[in-house]
Amino acid sequence: MKRNLTGGGSRSSVAILSTLVLSLIAAAWVIPTFGVLVTSFRDSKDIFSTGWWTVFPHKAWAKTGEFVVPSEVDLDAPIVLEGKTAEFAEWRSGVQVTESRKLQWFGNKRTRRVDVFERKWVGFGMNLTLANYKNTLSGSEITFKDANGATISRQGNNFADAVLNSIAVAVPATLIPILIAAFAAYAFAWMEFPGRKFSFVIVIALMVVPLQIALIPVLQDFTKLGLNGSYLAMWLAHTGFGLPLAVYLLFNYISQLPRDILESAYLDGATPFKTFVMLILPLSVPALASFAIFQFLWVWNDYLVALIFLGDRNRVVTSALAAMVGEKGQDWHLLTSGAFLSMILPLTVFFALQRFFVRGLMAGSVKG
Amino acid sequence: MKNSVSASITPVAVLKLLILLAATIAALWGGFLFLRDYRESKLLLTAFAIVWGVGSTALLYFVLNSSAELLPSKARSLALPLVFAGPALFLLLWFLVTPTLRSLYLSFFDETGTKFVFLANYAFAFTDPVMWEAFSNNLLWLVFGTASTVALGLVIAVLADRSPWENAFKALVFMPMAISFVGAGVIWKFMYAYKGEGTNVSEIGLLNAVVTLFGGESQAWLLLPGWNNFLLIVIMVWLQTGYAMVILSAAIKGIPSELMEASRVDGANEFQIFFKIIIPSIAGSIVTVATTIMIFSLKLFDIVRVMTGGNYGTNVIANEFYIEQFTYGNTGRASAIAIVLLIAVVPVLIYNLKQFSERRAFK
Repeated sequence: MKRNLTGGGSRSSVAILSTLVLSLIAAAWVIPTFGVLVTSFRDSKDIFSTGWWTVFPHKAWAKTGEFVVPSEVDLDAPIVLEGKTAEFAEWRSGVQVTESRKLQWFGNKRTRRVDVFERKWVGFGMNLTLANYKNTLSGSEITFKDANGATISRQGNNFADAVLNSIAVAVPATLIPILIAAFAAYAFAWMEFPGRKFSFVIVIALMVVPLQIALIPVLQDFTKLGLNGSYLAMWLAHTGFGLPLAVYLLFNYISQLPRDILESAYLDGATPFKTFVMLILPLSVPALASFAIFQFLWVWNDYLVALIFLGDRNRVVTSALAAMVGEKGQDWHLLTSGAFLSMILPLTVFFALQRFFVRGLMAGSVKG
Repeated sequence: MKNSVSASITPVAVLKLLILLAATIAALWGGFLFLRDYRESKLLLTAFAIVWGVGSTALLYFVLNSSAELLPSKARSLALPLVFAGPALFLLLWFLVTPTLRSLYLSFFDETGTKFVFLANYAFAFTDPVMWEAFSNNLLWLVFGTASTVALGLVIAVLADRSPWENAFKALVFMPMAISFVGAGVIWKFMYAYKGEGTNVSEIGLLNAVVTLFGGESQAWLLLPGWNNFLLIVIMVWLQTGYAMVILSAAIKGIPSELMEASRVDGANEFQIFFKIIIPSIAGSIVTVATTIMIFSLKLFDIVRVMTGGNYGTNVIANEFYIEQFTYGNTGRASAIAIVLLIAVVPVLIYNLKQFSERRAFK
């Protein structure tokens, strides 16, 4: 319910003002991503020569013709063209002869060529293409044109493989910790065992421990086991690092389930395992979903863990994109489409399941 | 399910279990080898990896539980909690608890991990100019990043509460939370793009285009000392404001509306309501959000790594950790830096534990 909209005049002016300010903020928030989205569909030659906002209709100087200055004109004295007098240097940087007409010398004095620009509406014919996405996904040799129209060839970054690697890493690295944490949360909530409270205190303490502390020793272990660069290494690492939060969130939920349900299951002769699988898991779906989205976004968007345990083998999208920034820092047609390929899946998951994500956020922030 | 009250170690049950055990080991090992060696179809490999990874985990629990259920009742009541909580505790021990102790141990040794140097790595961590630069930059992130994120999140939450399009605005501000830091790096690198001098070069980066539109000089922003740190902090603010907004918005909705109405009747204006009622009512949530973002800015790595690699005066602690370990191969120094990071979050850790014991959620 919007309590502020029910009020009188001053209240609705507050609503209008709020909406206005929010529109500005929201625009500032969306424009950077939007620019990348637009750019990813533009022709490489256009990207290098004009800003992405030029795809929208706007008034600009457009070249409409050219003429040659007769050879008898002395170029060292001030030059008169279309009634305007100016030095050569001025002509070279462009002189406006009327409100909507500009003349500009092309190149050095010897060319004797002048380009005519007129100010008019441009940008209706958006020159859009899917070629950038094709080039980004490809792992073989690709070619494109730069601002001057010259053809450039590069090795593709193979985003097709990177996306599959990311899926192969992220899906199990989301489901495995959920399963392990749910079992543990059930034990902490409903079972008696020595060291129960102490272990749970450790879990709480580990929630804020920075990842960096574990990277070097775990890397040493993985090297010994020959696991570096494998999916298994990533699943194990992400499970280990994600467990404290997972156990904490799921414990909060599972320990609140009504005791009678569990007792009646016990009286019916169900083993703890059966009770867990048939009863606890289905009842905990909201909590499981909250953590699942959390963990999936975290793993999919992770760069540090992938950088260290995967290296260049089985590159995931974040490492592929980061590598592309390093190798092809100015190839915006590839960078923008790569960035979008890396964002499609998490954005879809995020918007589809935002409700659960917010619930997880709220439960995850430890507060009194 | 068979009888769960009395133990049932019959030869048939044991045989069944042994067969199950052998099948599990075969499935695990066979799958491992397949994943390691198969290279033909990436699509098939991905599908197999998912099924094998998740399936193996479930299978392991099933086998462990089946073994535990065969035990006599007394041993079983001890074994079952071990089956349920054991794997989680084992992984926590392997991936977080022992690594912390091992990092502490490594931090007292030189780069090869063989020669004991005691506190020399910590002397480096606290006195080296490189580390000082990283510390002061992290302080910038901590102070300005956290303050801007919380302030903006709060303002947006309060304004959204008063706007008819609340959910749409919130979704737009929240959206970057689904974007990776690397992706955000590309998005903002493009915002800050610089083409340089030369005749008729039109800037393709939005920031430079705006600056030149208002008659300014275009700049290579990420190379500008001083400025570049703040331009990187903008990226974090862009990414994290949504989080602050969601938590604070929920807190604001929890304020009793009678309280607001009463003060409006008493003639309080919106600013007075904001500072005298809203802020004191949600102080607890503000602290929570600020703490989370502070921890986050302390560990910050990806943005700096992708945008500048820590060059041009933008280095941060987590990046220096990476450089020490993976560029210079100096395990001792890197471990010392990791320990410093850990020490920095200890106050939060203690606060969490205190909160936990006060809540008595654990019976």
